[in-house]
Amino acid sequence: MPSDQLSTTFAALADPTRRAILARLSQGEASVTELAKPFDLSLPGVSKHLKVLQRAGLITQGRSAQWRPCRLEVARLKEASEWVGEYQRFWDESFQRLDEVLQDLIKEEKKKSDGKGSQDNAED
Amino acid sequence: MPKTEYVIEPGKQEIVTTTVLDAPRELVFRAYTDPKLFAQWWGPRRYEIKIDTFDSRPGGEWRVVHRGDDGAEYGFRGVNHDVVAPERICATFEFEGVPGHVALQTATFEPMGNKTKLVAQIVFQSVMDRDGMVASGMQEGSNESMERLAELLEKLSKEKAGR
Repeated sequence: MPSDQLSTTFAALADPTRRAILARLSQGEASVTELAKPFDLSLPGVSKHLKVLQRAGLITQGRSAQWRPCRLEVARLKEASEWVGEYQRFWDESFQRLDEVLQDLIKEEKKKSDGKGSQDNAED
Repeated sequence: MPKTEYVIEPGKQEIVTTTVLDAPRELVFRAYTDPKLFAQWWGPRRYEIKIDTFDSRPGGEWRVVHRGDDGAEYGFRGVNHDVVAPERICATFEFEGVPGHVALQTATFEPMGNKTKLVAQIVFQSVMDRDGMVASGMQEGSNESMERLAELLEKLSKEKAGR
């Protein structure tokens, strides 16, 4: 995904109301009226949020049915999460690797100091 | 394998990560400041890492690029504000995919006998910036279920509403 697309997606995700709308849509399609209800939002208010989500490709709005249901587009969410933003995974794996690098360093240093201490140490 | 604790409190603009590493802090500090070592651990294995700039002195710039299998590149950059061997590194952090959202990260290395307690704090410019960063990590791979996604989104919304 190009980075400007990524920015649009993250900007859309950065708002709590929009995330709540996505949460609602993850349970199934909903009309604009249904989406407005739990958030104390006016219809134009919720429409504004929906437009942002639509532009970011996170939702689509049906054309056929008269109530024009909104639907979650999971693909875009997945794309957005494919980069390093999976914060926890990123650091879990990094620290795991850091640990390996450190253990190697410790071994190296030990070898060096062992070498200095007794040249005829044949154990390695 | 190090066990890491993440503190991400609702309504705050920081993330605090604590982990205990089985090595003296001088080594941990080295792994953070030596570009050759840093390239061996920073980020998931599936990314190829390219160190573009890495000046570990106070005021020194850093820029690191991750490259995915598909050739997509993700750049990160910042400036080292403070580098105090072997105790602390304080630097700015910006993901180039979302320019202008600069965070301040501080890594503190506390000695615990032969081990090191590493506390990494990252402070974002706003709660939204932080939540955007965390929210971007809510889904991994293609096998995760919609339920999991729904739960996470719900949790995020509740945290907001609960304040």
